[in-house]
Amino acid sequence: MTTTRDYSLVGPEGRRAVEAGLSRAVWYQTPVPRKRLKELMQRSDRRALLDTALWLGLLLVSGAAGAWLWPSWWCVVPFFVYGTLYGSASDARWHECGHGTAFRTPWMNTVVYHLACFMIVRSPTAWRWSHVRHHTDTIIVGRDPEILAVRPPPLGAIALDFFGLLAAPRSLLAMVRHAAGRLSAEEASYIPETEQFRVFRTARVWVAIYAAVVASAIASRSWLPLVLVGLPRWYGAWHHVLTGLTQHSGLAEDVTDHRLNTRSVRMNPISRFVYLDMNFHVEHHMYPMVPYHRLAELHAEIGHDLPPMSPSILAAYREFVPVLLRQRHDPALHVVRTLPLADTGGMSS
Amino acid sequence: MTTWTDACAADDVEAEDLIAVVLDGREIAVYRSPDDRFYATDGLCTHEEVPLSGGLVMGHVIECPKHNGRFDYRTGEGRSAPICDDLRVYPVQVVDGRVFVDLG
Repeated sequence: MTTTRDYSLVGPEGRRAVEAGLSRAVWYQTPVPRKRLKELMQRSDRRALLDTALWLGLLLVSGAAGAWLWPSWWCVVPFFVYGTLYGSASDARWHECGHGTAFRTPWMNTVVYHLACFMIVRSPTAWRWSHVRHHTDTIIVGRDPEILAVRPPPLGAIALDFFGLLAAPRSLLAMVRHAAGRLSAEEASYIPETEQFRVFRTARVWVAIYAAVVASAIASRSWLPLVLVGLPRWYGAWHHVLTGLTQHSGLAEDVTDHRLNTRSVRMNPISRFVYLDMNFHVEHHMYPMVPYHRLAELHAEIGHDLPPMSPSILAAYREFVPVLLRQRHDPALHVVRTLPLADTGGMSS
Repeated sequence: MTTWTDACAADDVEAEDLIAVVLDGREIAVYRSPDDRFYATDGLCTHEEVPLSGGLVMGHVIECPKHNGRFDYRTGEGRSAPICDDLRVYPVQVVDGRVFVDLG
């Protein structure tokens, strides 16, 4: 018989996790000498500005090319690029700027964070707190709001989300709910009351922007305004789902060692640019202070103490897809990571 | 009443960095600013009580190593989410190369 766990943040599993000491636990960290860690934690406006200029420049060029070629079928090619940069690269910028590690200058992180949130349709405040919880209680059932592949995995829903078919409408509904001044029970469980007004305020601005885009489409009798603003969240979602699924899928739940519940994957340079090097995901979770552009160096420091990286995106999928298929009937099944022999001694955060 | 407690040697703390010390059973963070002044705060982040000693000092800001929340360590003021409560600060004086903290 298939046993289904309750992933709700306001259900019994969350209470059990707290009682078992799995929430706000002390997580394993591979030791890094303080001097070296300080070097790795340094942020760089220059590097982040270059990456951001490239991202926005490519968005502008591909969007302009798509609009120029509209409505011929040739516009599909530039809009494929535009959509990926809009609907997937925004996910990585939301993430990195949310941590405040992309730029050294705080306001630059804030500006790019809000732009990326708008593109991916994620409330800047609600998702900041959601991600804080994800880092506190990574893949702890009933505590982590960002578990993608629950058990048994909803494979149909996951497949649909390669085109944002479930996540994007959910985000839009959440935006409307927030604009109406309401939070879900789960959101209220991790967003402090003092922060909730920000959720409502931003949602009202966004509703006004989307209303203007829809009005523009109706007035011009063209889908083009929506193809440029809003719809890329659907047709460009594929890459962030493709890479995001590699992070934790098929690995252990309810453990306090990121080496057991998180996966690092070697990726091609284009995916690393779109994904902002989050393929070094174990490294990111172990040391979230290290900016994306230093994660490869962090890997060189601590890689000896981590399970081997998956050699490619394809290899990662070959590892976890068969596990997800079997989890439909046996939810307890998961990949058990073999850890290197502990000759360095762990460190706690 | 002022009670100065010997926390550490001034040379124990690098410029633009911090160390953790335990004074009177409490974890205290001792900072050395880029302009070579010393400051002290509670050693645990007000958000989830993570030791700040693993964090990054940037100018006059300490960033928590777990969730990247920021404080001005001179005043204890929280500067960014997820910080909702300010950090307690303590008076500091340096005498003969030793850092003393007034725990109050």
